[in-house]
Amino acid sequence: MTLVVQKKAAFAMEELNLWYERFHALKDISFQINKNEVTAIIGPSGCGKSTFIKTLNLMALRIPGVKMTGGILFENQNLVTDKTDLVHLRKKVGMIFQKGNPFPQSIYDNVAYGPRIHGIKKRCQLDEIVEEALKRVALWQEVKDRLKRNAFDLSGGQQQRLCIARAIATKPTCLLLDEPTSALDPVSTKSIEELVTELKENYTIVMVTHNMQQAARISDKTAFFLNGEVVEVNTTNKLFSNPEQKETEDYITGRFG
Amino acid sequence: MESVASTAKDRLIKSTKRKNHGESSGKVIVTLAALIIIAATLSMTIFLSIKGMQAFIINGVNPIEFLTSTEWNPTGENPEFGAFPFIFGSLAVTLMAALIAGPLGIGGAIFMTEIAPSWGRKILQPIIELLVGIPSVVYGFIALTIIVPFIRDYSSGTGYSLLAGIIVLAVMILPTITTISTDAIAAIPNHLRDGSYALGATRWQTIWKVLLPSVMPSLWTAIILGMARAFGEALAVQMVIGNVRDLPGSIFDPSATLTSIITLNMGHTTYGSIENNTLWSMGLILLLISLLFILIIRFLSARRKI
Repeated sequence: MTLVVQKKAAFAMEELNLWYERFHALKDISFQINKNEVTAIIGPSGCGKSTFIKTLNLMALRIPGVKMTGGILFENQNLVTDKTDLVHLRKKVGMIFQKGNPFPQSIYDNVAYGPRIHGIKKRCQLDEIVEEALKRVALWQEVKDRLKRNAFDLSGGQQQRLCIARAIATKPTCLLLDEPTSALDPVSTKSIEELVTELKENYTIVMVTHNMQQAARISDKTAFFLNGEVVEVNTTNKLFSNPEQKETEDYITGRFG
Repeated sequence: MESVASTAKDRLIKSTKRKNHGESSGKVIVTLAALIIIAATLSMTIFLSIKGMQAFIINGVNPIEFLTSTEWNPTGENPEFGAFPFIFGSLAVTLMAALIAGPLGIGGAIFMTEIAPSWGRKILQPIIELLVGIPSVVYGFIALTIIVPFIRDYSSGTGYSLLAGIIVLAVMILPTITTISTDAIAAIPNHLRDGSYALGATRWQTIWKVLLPSVMPSLWTAIILGMARAFGEALAVQMVIGNVRDLPGSIFDPSATLTSIITLNMGHTTYGSIENNTLWSMGLILLLISLLFILIIRFLSARRKI
């Protein structure tokens, strides 16, 4: 299969299909995700949006019985058909989950985990990476005096920011966020949203959200998923103000979902 | 409107009353059960403490000598009561059995939960349950028939040895360690695994650097519980360890444990005699060390991280 890819595309999906055993979860997904943009994935529960974001770093393969066909082009490689180096892929494509999931270790060790498993052992180098990552997520001021404390002592919003710091410590180019604020209070949600907007200068960001206002607030492009299919992909402004498809309009005006 | 509300309220109050009846009789039953357990434990502890102290208080055995001397000669002209070889034997077989069974059990647990969760658990789980079900006399018998002659063939001694006791105990505590470790590792929330894999970690890195550190306190609990069982086991050890009163020079030498000496001698010593009383003192030491194990487990479970 030959994929026609725009220069600025980070990921290019081409007729991507995914099955859980017999269940056809993603059907002929074809669209492109641009570099240094925030792409929001919206859609009702069970539409495949979380499944889709897990294909971008092949975390979907961890689920037993998963089968994929088609193409996801990333760094000139088809993640679906080529033998992908998972370690390299996941180093380059970081993921942030619904609920902050720090390891039960110190704040420092959490952030240093990625660099360490990728072979960085020198203390001074790690110190630098940890400080830089924590500064990037605006957590440094709050935790710099207690880096040795357990990460579980942090609040929910801080834990989520720590997980973002942990992800960017491996120096990725893309960040996948799977409903990153669904378990957070409004204040923490706002700080994460601001952070995402800042991060898009350096990272390609794909964010699943069930919160349409959130998608409208911070994304550049939005993809609307329904029953495992992409109904519409457009700039966020266009999709929310003047959707092309009837289903999109029904969903964003709250007629279902 | 008002009348409907009040009848609903009445009904609510009535139904609570009815519930309260079952509540109080249930409470009496479970409280009674708890009291019986407490009373049984307390009375046994008090009895053992009194009997265990008699050798020191009534018979004038020197407690320091009892704990540190290596001379055990209760029936001689000048009876000597040094129980150190048995305390040492008990601790040695327990520690070394844990040293063997700990890595094996935790390794098996990792295999069952992380490497082959589908078929690994299906095969290993029944095997482990089977191991639990084998009576200790059968373990002892098997060890006596196979391990003791084997050790005899490869060392200079009789085969009855510390090593034989260690091996039989290691097999006996393997199920305890494996089961508790498996439960602990299986209970680790999946989002920790996901977090590690999503950073590009391999399975081994995930196991070694995230999963095992997360459940360390539980794994130690598994080992200590196994040690508690090994420490208290009498029959199987007594059958293979040789039961001599000297300190073993190596693991191929025969030895004895507190439990094996108690079971061997309790039958032919008269109740109230010095020798019988010193056996009770050994029982008290067993209790105190078990208590220490329990305290360690308590301490560890308070430190659980997830």
